[in-house]
Amino acid sequence: MMSGQAPTANQTSMKTSRPLGRRRSNFRKYKALYFITIPGILYFIIFKYLPLMGSVMAFQNYNIFKGFTGSPWVGLDQFKRMFTYTEFLRILENTVLIGLYDILFAFPVPIILALLLNEMRKVLYKRILQTVVYLPHFLSWVIIGGIMIGILSPTTGIVNQVLNVFGIKSIYFLGEDSYIRSILVGTGIWKDSGWGTIVYLAALASVNPELYEAARMDGANRWRQTLSITIPAILPTITIMFLLHIGNFLDFGFERVFVFVNSLNEHNGDILDTYIYRVGLIDQQYSYTTAIGLFKSLVGLMLIMIGNTLSKKASGEGLY
Amino acid sequence: MSIKGRLFDWFNTIFLTIVGCLMVFPLLHVLAKSFSSSKAINAGLVKLIPVDWTFINYKVILADTSIWRAFLVSVIITVGGTAINLIMTASLAYPLSRPEYSIRKVILIFILITMIFQAPLIPNYLVIKNLHMLNTLWVLVIPSAISAYNLFIMRSFFVALPAELVDSARIDGASELRTMWSVILPLSKPVMATMGLFYAVSHWNSYSTALYFINNRALYPLQLRLREIVLSNDLGQAGSLLEGVNEVSPAGVQMAVIVVSVLPIIIVYPFLQKYFIKGMLVGSIKT
Repeated sequence: MMSGQAPTANQTSMKTSRPLGRRRSNFRKYKALYFITIPGILYFIIFKYLPLMGSVMAFQNYNIFKGFTGSPWVGLDQFKRMFTYTEFLRILENTVLIGLYDILFAFPVPIILALLLNEMRKVLYKRILQTVVYLPHFLSWVIIGGIMIGILSPTTGIVNQVLNVFGIKSIYFLGEDSYIRSILVGTGIWKDSGWGTIVYLAALASVNPELYEAARMDGANRWRQTLSITIPAILPTITIMFLLHIGNFLDFGFERVFVFVNSLNEHNGDILDTYIYRVGLIDQQYSYTTAIGLFKSLVGLMLIMIGNTLSKKASGEGLY
Repeated sequence: MSIKGRLFDWFNTIFLTIVGCLMVFPLLHVLAKSFSSSKAINAGLVKLIPVDWTFINYKVILADTSIWRAFLVSVIITVGGTAINLIMTASLAYPLSRPEYSIRKVILIFILITMIFQAPLIPNYLVIKNLHMLNTLWVLVIPSAISAYNLFIMRSFFVALPAELVDSARIDGASELRTMWSVILPLSKPVMATMGLFYAVSHWNSYSTALYFINNRALYPLQLRLREIVLSNDLGQAGSLLEGVNEVSPAGVQMAVIVVSVLPIIIVYPFLQKYFIKGMLVGSIKT
């Protein structure tokens, strides 16, 4: 009996201790692998997780001298404060409107460009065009700002010179509220729509050529082929890109807006990011702007989740 | 082919050519202005070809030490920062590609979370402040040492390498680090080049980090100095050089500074195009 039980007891104890033992020996054997990841893991803890934890200051009235432990907790007061400020509401409206214009006008451009490039027969010329349209993507926003300010200048700018030829008086494009949103969205189209074609061109290249041949046999012209084969083929890619775009809806980009916004056009041009910089970092309203930042992340997350659910229901495509 | 089809081809070629011109003409316009005299610029004569050829705008820049200082700062953070980026990213991405690294799932989720939830500006500022990084060049390099997106691209490249490579290196008695250094990394030149260029371009072009965290003008990178020159019309040292010189205009100098800061990008553009497209497609397929 004893001799029959002993191995069982032994076995169970071995079973429980084995994963731990194996883990320990795995660690010993591959300690170099574990060791070299330490700096990277520390990086994410210090520069990503610490600030995330620090975001609790959105629920405090943070005082730089008292720190996180000494500053009073105020619950959702900072968030309530946000929505009672007319200034904040105006900037939120700007951000939402610019984001909407961006989806409406900038998002479709790379798709159309890719479809047209795909129809190009001369391969060499197509490649030259691609090289040219990708270029602006690599220019910084300061440079693009400088170029645009030069082109739109009321005195020496080429656009106003052309307007003058047609008898129209020079317009100070960057000195008025009415043009800033178009300039912000338009420069984005100039910078990134060429670059945006890459993903769609790759999707177009993977369409089975036999489909087109079969369609031609059936007498479908190129327009018909585009409608019935090409667009359905890249629809999943369009959906994914759209969802990614939606997730960044309120992240229009600080660097882009900050080069174009000035005291003459900020009424329509100021967005959440430039507001956070000005009121948060310069005027040191730490807790208030952290609350705005959290609100922004939360909206982004919600949009991406809603978009994903809707798209999965409609087409079966989703990010996750 | 039908007449309708041929007509479309013509229309398409012309339309895309116009689009291409719209992308290049602004750049040519800047280049032309930078080589033109102030008289020609102010009279609005300069379109795409320089009028009244002159190098005076570049001479003004050459004489401005603050611009060269900023240029040097940008070169240092681009070269040094990219080296740090690659070392940090590779040393985390490689173990994450190995099944022997038993905590890889936990770490992957740990990193993914940072892509979804990003902390607002002020908590980041406080962390950097408490690390005493404000007003140092470190702030332009260390807080952006690893991009989670690039890390995932690099990892998927490592995952795609055949596992036999590591096995045979082990049979030959190579240590883990030796395997990574002499077997894996030499095979990873394409992904390293792609990631290096990704990082280098973002270092060269970024100005917000310096704007947030650096007040000391001696440490301004080129983009921030450029911002002052082109946006605030604050020419600084170059401006005082301008006084009394009639043939130089701020517009001409501004255009010349733009040319100088675009030049490095144009020089590496052939590589950028080749490797960026690869990197972008890897990223979009794997995520």
